[in-house]
Amino acid sequence: MILDRIPIDAIGVQERVDRICSRSIKKESKLQALDLALRMMDLTTLEGSDSAGKVRQLCNKAMHPYTELPNIPSVAAVCVYPNRVKLAKEILKDSAINVASVATAFPSGMSSLEIKLDDVRYAVQEGADEIDMVISRGAFLSGDYALVYDEIAQIKEACAHAHLKVILETGELGSLEHVRMASDLAMEAGADFIKTSTGKIQPAATMPVVLVMLQAIRDFHHKTGKTIGMKPAGGIRTSKQAIQYLVMVKEILGEKWLTPDLFRFGASSLANDVLMQWVKEKTGRYQSLNYFSND
Amino acid sequence: MGKRKDGPISVSKLFFKRLVRTINIIMSQKKSDSSTMPIHWEYAHAPESTDHVQYEMQYGLFIDGAFSDYDPSKSFDSVNPATGELLYQCTQADEKDVDTAVKAARKAYEEHWGSIKGSIRGKYLYRIARMLQERAREFAVLESLDGGKPIRESRDIDIPLAAAYFFYYAGWADKLAYAFPAKKVTPLGVCGQIIPWNFPLLMLAWKIAPALACGNTVVLKPAETTSLTALKFCELLQDIGLPNGVVNLITGPGQTGEYLVNHDGIDKIAFTGSTGVGKKIQQSIAGRNIKSTLELGGKGAYIIFEDASLNEAVEGIVNAIFFNQGHVCCAGSRLLVQEGVADRVIELLKQRMATLIVGDPLDKNTDVGAINSQNQLNTIQRYVDIGLEEGAECFQCEGNIPSSGFYFRPTLLTNVSQSSKVVQEEIFGPVLTVQTFRTTQEAIDKANNTPYGLANGIWTDKGSKIFHVGSQLRSGVVWSNTYNKFDPTSPFGGYKESGKGREGGVQGLAPYVHLESNVEAEI
Repeated sequence: MILDRIPIDAIGVQERVDRICSRSIKKESKLQALDLALRMMDLTTLEGSDSAGKVRQLCNKAMHPYTELPNIPSVAAVCVYPNRVKLAKEILKDSAINVASVATAFPSGMSSLEIKLDDVRYAVQEGADEIDMVISRGAFLSGDYALVYDEIAQIKEACAHAHLKVILETGELGSLEHVRMASDLAMEAGADFIKTSTGKIQPAATMPVVLVMLQAIRDFHHKTGKTIGMKPAGGIRTSKQAIQYLVMVKEILGEKWLTPDLFRFGASSLANDVLMQWVKEKTGRYQSLNYFSND
Repeated sequence: MGKRKDGPISVSKLFFKRLVRTINIIMSQKKSDSSTMPIHWEYAHAPESTDHVQYEMQYGLFIDGAFSDYDPSKSFDSVNPATGELLYQCTQADEKDVDTAVKAARKAYEEHWGSIKGSIRGKYLYRIARMLQERAREFAVLESLDGGKPIRESRDIDIPLAAAYFFYYAGWADKLAYAFPAKKVTPLGVCGQIIPWNFPLLMLAWKIAPALACGNTVVLKPAETTSLTALKFCELLQDIGLPNGVVNLITGPGQTGEYLVNHDGIDKIAFTGSTGVGKKIQQSIAGRNIKSTLELGGKGAYIIFEDASLNEAVEGIVNAIFFNQGHVCCAGSRLLVQEGVADRVIELLKQRMATLIVGDPLDKNTDVGAINSQNQLNTIQRYVDIGLEEGAECFQCEGNIPSSGFYFRPTLLTNVSQSSKVVQEEIFGPVLTVQTFRTTQEAIDKANNTPYGLANGIWTDKGSKIFHVGSQLRSGVVWSNTYNKFDPTSPFGGYKESGKGREGGVQGLAPYVHLESNVEAEI
């Protein structure tokens, strides 16, 4: 493949972002957005301390975000480490909620390809519906694009039926041009989704980065007809941020992408803020955070 | 599949697993079918509140620090362009009123303002700036009500910038000797100022701030369709205690402006508006000892080279031609795009245009508001019709627009050439002509091939190209990789028929002062 270097003007990107953030989303359009944001959420726990109990709680929260309101939808997926997939799958078996698993020596990706492939196969075998892989940022930054491409392509094969989300870890890529190039590379290599971050590196998802990735998805669709999904992850904590991302998706990619099949939020604390806003829209009053379960 | 460390799984087991998974997938799809359909999502109406805004239904003139009574015999109406309904009525200043205003300004100049210390003038200008900031929301709403521009722009651009110009020139008031080293700096006297309807309060700031900073007094005529923020500004001047007669406001149509230009009591005329009127003013003041600055029309070229960042360039187009409904003298109304990227740029631009929201200026989500007047709406429509007759292809963004009021959809005219009327003449509306070029020289030639020379834009990733092209464009402003950016520190003005003199920056002081060589200071 030929990798184009697309020029990107960071100041112009920020201006576009500011304009998107100036949209005022109120009333029924806000409720619609909150509903969608919840349905697009990948409820995530990726800690070394994740015990069976923690995963169990997370899965319950995913199925029943807020019992006070019967019509609250459940989230799209829970995202866990490979050795917690089986348990999560077991708990969620009667629901429509997917189990996503990070793999490929997450979060650094600093291991051999063989080990990464095994990591993926293990997660898939345990029942993961979606695999969130990381690219080799070191190889990418040193210009070894072929290696990055081949890794993604082989991991895609190892995923079999599972959907592949490719994490670019944009906080380590250094420029928006690199973000764009890595997005193009990942999509060419077979990504179903491209994803900003592991959540372990700061900055995680930022609006300029997501704008550039959405533009890459739009251009890839224009070029190949293929529809790729997008997942910003890390640092998205408020409903307001989530709604601004949705505005961005609508205005850059169009309404076709306003579905959990093509857009996800990777977040752990966003859910409760969405629920709180939801209740506020319904009742006109803010509830104390004490009324919402932590997990 | 590669080797497994946990040993192979038998084929039958694998088959069974896959079968179960397939069934699960089908089941889960059934369960989630309705929840994975893309939604149709429209932004709800988000109107800016007008509760806190008060204005009179009828206004007199503001002369010598006081409002005269509204005179029904000389009345004219100002409508809300968003609805076409009457907003308020003004008094049309006749020759006698203009004379009274000029005399009041002369008296204030001679008795007080022309000779007080610069630091005191600065104090008043700072007060104006602070008060504008304090009342920014109110002025923004009034500006949108009266002129039709989206609240997003009046709130984020017009009013903050107007305050910024007062702050900037307040700083110069006591430092004029440093602006013009080795010169003796004295004010001119009474300045006649005529401003347009596209940026009513901002143009008022561009005119009044430097004039007052330099020690002049002012008689200002706002545009006929947009007097409201200027009238409100006079109330603000009363609140801050600006001495009487320093700023006088005469409302009315072109005829009122003519009285002002022809009055022999003025020392300076500053005009922003059309090139046609600008030429008439030049004729009127010929042979008289009157300084003038004219900021007139434009037909800016917006040049996109094939190495540009296209997404940002497309966003720049939106700021260049759809900003303020295209009622911008420095608008980038001629798109010149290099042939290699022309198709993609037009495609991206059409996609972007589809997301523009045209409608109620007071809705916070509105991108393109109402056309300022029925007259201007007719002019724009006439030009688009001419373009179509000349063979242009027209693209307009879809979506609902209000049925009453003056609205025009953002429009692209392709298949036009340098000889088309729509490429040559200023339309002053949200209409962009699209031409292509092959070489850098061709782009420069096309950009310069116009009687105007106010502003141009260059989009390229190459710094050297910006300087190469920028130095050859014959216009007062050249923006690179951005468009329609304003700052009080930067001079603004035209080449050729786009005007003379500069406003803004230290250069903007010169048209408001007499300079004499001060030999002693030089030594």
